[in-house]
Amino acid sequence: MSIFEYNGSALVAMVGKNCFAIASDRRLGVQLQTIATDFQRIFKIHDKLFLGLSGLGSDAQTLYQRLVFRHKLYQLREERDMKPETFASLVSAILYEKRFGPYFCQPVIAGLGDDDKPFICTMDSIGAKELAKDFVVAGTASESLYGACESMFKPDMEHEELFETISQALLSSVDRDCLSGWGGHVYVVTPSEVTERILKGRMD
Amino acid sequence: MGRSFTDTVYDMGDSQYSFSLTTFSPSGKLVQIEHALTAVGSGQTSLGIKASNGVVIATEKKLPSILVDETSVQKIQILTPNIGVVYSGMGPDSRVLVRKSRKQAEQYNRLYKEPIPVTQLVRETAAVMQEFTQSGGVRPFGVSLLVAGFDDKGPQLYQVDPSGSYFSWKASAMGKNVSNAKTFLEKRYTDDMELEDAIHTAILTLKEGFEGQISGKNIEIGVIEADKTFRVLTAAQIEDYLQEVE
Repeated sequence: MSIFEYNGSALVAMVGKNCFAIASDRRLGVQLQTIATDFQRIFKIHDKLFLGLSGLGSDAQTLYQRLVFRHKLYQLREERDMKPETFASLVSAILYEKRFGPYFCQPVIAGLGDDDKPFICTMDSIGAKELAKDFVVAGTASESLYGACESMFKPDMEHEELFETISQALLSSVDRDCLSGWGGHVYVVTPSEVTERILKGRMD
Repeated sequence: MGRSFTDTVYDMGDSQYSFSLTTFSPSGKLVQIEHALTAVGSGQTSLGIKASNGVVIATEKKLPSILVDETSVQKIQILTPNIGVVYSGMGPDSRVLVRKSRKQAEQYNRLYKEPIPVTQLVRETAAVMQEFTQSGGVRPFGVSLLVAGFDDKGPQLYQVDPSGSYFSWKASAMGKNVSNAKTFLEKRYTDDMELEDAIHTAILTLKEGFEGQISGKNIEIGVIEADKTFRVLTAAQIEDYLQEVE
């Protein structure tokens, strides 16, 4: 069994019209045994930039701490927030530093860039970036998420519809995965506001 | 048995001379830095002007003998495609800084996949110059730099001194005739100045303190405008501008 599947996770990000959404499940397990049902995998870097970390829970937390540290130094040095593209390159570089003993995480990065253009991307545990115009998925439920997103996603959705779509995609996908589930955590980000919602799903 | 003098000296490690040469005088001054500034002050004149739509930097290029091939001397250097630099003072010292700055810019680019902002590169370069005022076994740089760049924040002009201090300028000069050149720039500078105008002013300022006949071969001019590409003018291009200011 892969160490990426030890704790279980489901992560997805979608692009809408001048907005984006990023969602994850809330389960932390040790193989098939559920340990916690309020685990956080999505982190805010700044008001318009979010990071999701699938894979091994402990590595996700450590990686998050390192990235926040680097971003805070950048903010102090350059007196500005990082652009999503820039942050993605930083994550990629930090992951590749550990090329032969990687963090067992697959990150998802979503943010609003210059003139509020949405940006989403994912990468593997050694930092190979994969950019997408529509949606990106990661975690143990990634295969079912691909299917759900491919059938549910439409381009240029407004933020209300985007929330419905990403929530339905997440909830239906985690039902097909033993290692993720126990509700969901959804962020919808528009240029003017961030909405955070906790979803109840099949809590079993 | 007590430690002998030679023991103490060798215990210092790397070298007998690994203490900093830049030390405070009783009056609180760092004379080494003042000497470095003197070296800059006796160097060839350089100047820079920030216009509304670009930046120009210019310098004298006086050669020690007419036998020197002037095409082999390049005083204005490119650090990144959108940042150029010129120095006054000691040429060899400037090359060390140019090499370190280019490396810094490249490292930034590799990490963030984005060109380094002018302020960041200036800060890094200034940090190197500061380090050489406090480290052992080295002396301060005998140069001041004028850094011209154009990035997301628009046109920018910075001067970096041997102490490691740096300022953003609308127009500045350094080297021989600084005070004359600065007075001249103060009279000529306007906030709405455009690049072509600034190039003319730069040439006129150089001409003021120039000994001998100015030509495309004995001055250098570098410009950057909104296309964010720094370019050094050719002798022929400079000659054209010289005709215009006649």
